[in-house]
Amino acid sequence: MNLTLKIWRQKDSKTKGQMVDYKVTDISEHMSFLEMMDVLNEQLINAGEEPVAFDHDCREGICGMCSMYINGEAHGPDRGVTTCQLHMRMFKDGDTITIEPFRAKAFPVIKDLVVDRSSFDRIQHAGGYISVNTSGNTQDANAIPISKHAADEAMDAATCIGCGACVATCKNSSAMLFVGAKVSQYALLPQGQVEATDRVKNMVAQMDLEGFGNCSNTGACEIECPKGISLENIARMNRELLKATFKG
Amino acid sequence: MSRFFTSSIGRKYAMALSALFLMFFLLQHFAINILSVFSPNAFNEASHFMGTFWAVQYLLQPVLLFGVIYHFVMGFILEIKNRNARVVKYAKNNGAANSSWMSRNMIFSGLAILAFLVLHFIDFWIPEINTKYIQGDMSGLLADGEGYRYYEELTHKFVNPLRVGAYIVAFVFLSLHLMHGFSSAFQSSGVSSMRKEKLQKFGKAYAIIIPLGFILIALFHHFNH
Ligand code: HEM
Ligand code: SF4
Ligand code: FES
Repeated sequence: MNLTLKIWRQKDSKTKGQMVDYKVTDISEHMSFLEMMDVLNEQLINAGEEPVAFDHDCREGICGMCSMYINGEAHGPDRGVTTCQLHMRMFKDGDTITIEPFRAKAFPVIKDLVVDRSSFDRIQHAGGYISVNTSGNTQDANAIPISKHAADEAMDAATCIGCGACVATCKNSSAMLFVGAKVSQYALLPQGQVEATDRVKNMVAQMDLEGFGNCSNTGACEIECPKGISLENIARMNRELLKATFKG
Repeated sequence: MSRFFTSSIGRKYAMALSALFLMFFLLQHFAINILSVFSPNAFNEASHFMGTFWAVQYLLQPVLLFGVIYHFVMGFILEIKNRNARVVKYAKNNGAANSSWMSRNMIFSGLAILAFLVLHFIDFWIPEINTKYIQGDMSGLLADGEGYRYYEELTHKFVNPLRVGAYIVAFVFLSLHLMHGFSSAFQSSGVSSMRKEKLQKFGKAYAIIIPLGFILIALFHHFNH
């Protein structure tokens, strides 16, 4: 199929960017969206032009690197997938596709479609972990009984790959689905209890510091999240913060 | 504690609390207004009680005033903060793909409600305060002393079709506001999804029935006059 692409081009974080039109031809419907971008870049390189910079790593939907806001949706029109898993069969011959970087004050553009998501790393550093001794005398994890229900819910929360689609999608650029998932995966397990109070307080404080917006419960994040992280995790984070506040 | 209320989540709790109080107030207001359709007498008695009972006047009324003002001021603050969290807007954004119009436009439905509240204050609240606390007439009686004035005043307001029209538009926006707001307030307060599913049905019913009820009461008095 033949497509028109409208792509955000921006030289670096300091230069102003703009949308630029490109044409690609003979795109197979079996290609992934990133493979289509590879075709475009090969074309640009052959013509002596600067290729479009975009993030990617695993190309199998687990690393969370690939981003892109495609036709007004994070990771494009398909559900439960990242951009590397989005197939060109979701589009039609002759389509115009608008491709923009994930947009949020806390995700500044580095170049073209590449954004800096280190604000997520700093939130994780603020408390998204448990402190365990790893010097060789670690306790066997199976020695601690955990109900199947709690284990399943914690696992669901832990599948968040930190891609940032929730922030990109949210009309308020809120990071609450991400932070809710990261708080929940520990809040549901006995190992997470020891540091629970400080964890939620510090992670929420860091989230606010990074300049993310406030949640309006539109639910857009849950729909666009490639891992189906549920809004329930935000409600749980809110409860955890209230609990932590009363504990002091 | 102070850090809690200035955090993004603390603000949401406070927003939800003020909203829950407003929804409770709305229900009570509706219960009294509906009396005017069935029994002018009962409406007069209830209005006089609410208008003169000290706990309502000096406890609930200030809480309500604070609740309304807090709610819309915080609504504006959140809106500004949220807009600032995305400096460069998307060239193409398909919000309808993942969220309801109501949830994305709470500030607009809220502004419509605020415009109505200003009218409502001029229509009812300021004359009430003037009669009772400035002129000092706590009797609740008509000027000629023949019975209570509340029913007369109410029906008189609904003669003008323009006012009835504005009233209807405002309540349609209130309905849209609550379509999202009702369940949103419970999500903000951290109610778990299992309980929320049941609440959601109740919330949709509340968001339709209560505003529709207010509209029907206005129409009833308009055509009954
Ligand atoms: C006076 C004018 C009003 C304005 C400007 C206003 C504005 C807003 C805004 C902007 C929000 C969204 C907050 C957010 O995104 O987090 C909101 C939420 C809400 N509003 Fe209003 N509102 C008004 C009146 C009312 C009234 C009269 C009621 C109920 C009778 C009401 C009920 C709600 C509810 C239930 C929510 C959801 C709270 C939550 O998400 O936690 N609002 N309002
Ligand atoms: S919650 Fe979903 S959308 Fe948000 S960062 Fe995690 S995986 Fe991505
Ligand atoms: S490149 Fe790893 S998830 Fe897409």
